[in-house]
Amino acid sequence: MSRQRLGSWWFVGTLVFALVSMLVPLPGVLEPFKPYWPALLLLYWSLESEERVTLGLAFLVGLCADMLNGVVLGEQALRLCALVFIVLRFRSRLRFFPMWQQTLAVLALLLNDRILLLIVRLLAGGSFPPASWWISPFVGAALWPFLFLLLDDLRTRLRIQ
Amino acid sequence: MSRTRDGSSPLFAGNAAGTLRLIVYLALAVVLMVLDHRNGWLWRLRTTAAAVVEPVYRLAGLPAAGVRTLSVAFADRQRLTEQNQRLREDLLLANARLNRMAAVAEQNQRLKELLDTQHSLELNVQLARVIDVDLGAYRYQLTLNAGSRDGVRTGQPVIDSHGVMGQVKEVLPTTSVVMLITDPVHAIPVVIERTGLRTVAYGSRDGSRLVMPNIPLAADVRAGDKLLTSGLGGRFPPGFPVGEVVSAASALTGMFQVVQAQPAADINRSEDVLLLHDQAEPDGPPAPVDAMGPPSELAPGVASSSPAPASSEVRP
Repeated sequence: MSRQRLGSWWFVGTLVFALVSMLVPLPGVLEPFKPYWPALLLLYWSLESEERVTLGLAFLVGLCADMLNGVVLGEQALRLCALVFIVLRFRSRLRFFPMWQQTLAVLALLLNDRILLLIVRLLAGGSFPPASWWISPFVGAALWPFLFLLLDDLRTRLRIQ
Repeated sequence: MSRTRDGSSPLFAGNAAGTLRLIVYLALAVVLMVLDHRNGWLWRLRTTAAAVVEPVYRLAGLPAAGVRTLSVAFADRQRLTEQNQRLREDLLLANARLNRMAAVAEQNQRLKELLDTQHSLELNVQLARVIDVDLGAYRYQLTLNAGSRDGVRTGQPVIDSHGVMGQVKEVLPTTSVVMLITDPVHAIPVVIERTGLRTVAYGSRDGSRLVMPNIPLAADVRAGDKLLTSGLGGRFPPGFPVGEVVSAASALTGMFQVVQAQPAADINRSEDVLLLHDQAEPDGPPAPVDAMGPPSELAPGVASSSPAPASSEVRP
């Protein structure tokens, strides 16, 4: 029972951590290198424990992120929903990919996410972003193996389902 | 792990229900976005959720504050000494300047009192600190650590030591959000110092410059001209530096000049900003002034033949 509770606290904790790290400011030079943390954490959890991550949860996390980030309500909810939907659909295959293939898949997902964001912003009347805007998905994908191994290791140590 | 939810094959887990749910959520998100874009719901929601949101901002700002503290703690002695020396010199210079300014200000004050205007050189300001929070890819906003509990109100001008930064857009109980003058939807009435030409400066689309898109072709504007607030519109008090003209070129239509300017304020680097409390004077004629001249009891024959009837009306 308490093991289960610890597990859910760990789950919520990682998501909150992702939201806060999204807000942490970086020096101007490093700014484009910041990965999209909520997407990475949601990706991990939807691959590892399907019963926890649903589209509704992705929507909720996105709404929270929108509220903190203050751009447009619903923007990140839309992006995260689309991301989680794709992952859940291909989950069984993604799980058994070797790590490098998984990383490529993550890269594709994050790029797709950026394209969605671009479409939303252009529709809202924004301007075309600079080239450095496209670095973030690559950083996210490069971080993915480490993040995955770290979280997996912590999970087995804490013996969380 | 049981993998037989909905009785579907595990390798092709997608089904119609999942797609339907996705469509419902996406539609919901789009509806939210459109509503928010039109009505600005997000802010009302955020004001309600301020109790939750504010600690998160503080938490997110902690690493930046920590790094700053660490850099001070581990800065080497040499650099600190140098910096100290430089600051000492600056202080000396500033003090000298201040003394001169004080004399000028005093003289000015006396002259103004003589003129009996109600202007005052003293600025009623409040110091606020910028909380470092990354608010999305578009950096047109700042978060300050002063809110409605400290007396901040929507619309207050925000300046730093170099010039106007923007105005307060939203006020939460202990934080407030500043809209910068470089925001594309922001406009500030300015006057060009050299020629006295009045115009309006908008934020540029890339968010780092100011643009004045409708200056007549015949107007004399050069790179290096200083922009000051004109005080028109009543939001910003007159005479504060806004920016410096970088370039002037004729627009694509050939009917106007488009002038680009660099903001005077250190928008990307300011840590402390000032909130102006005395709002600019309201539009319309000035309030009636107090009576000038000798006191009424010395005046010969108050009720009978006053040479200036207007001044006798306002006498208390």
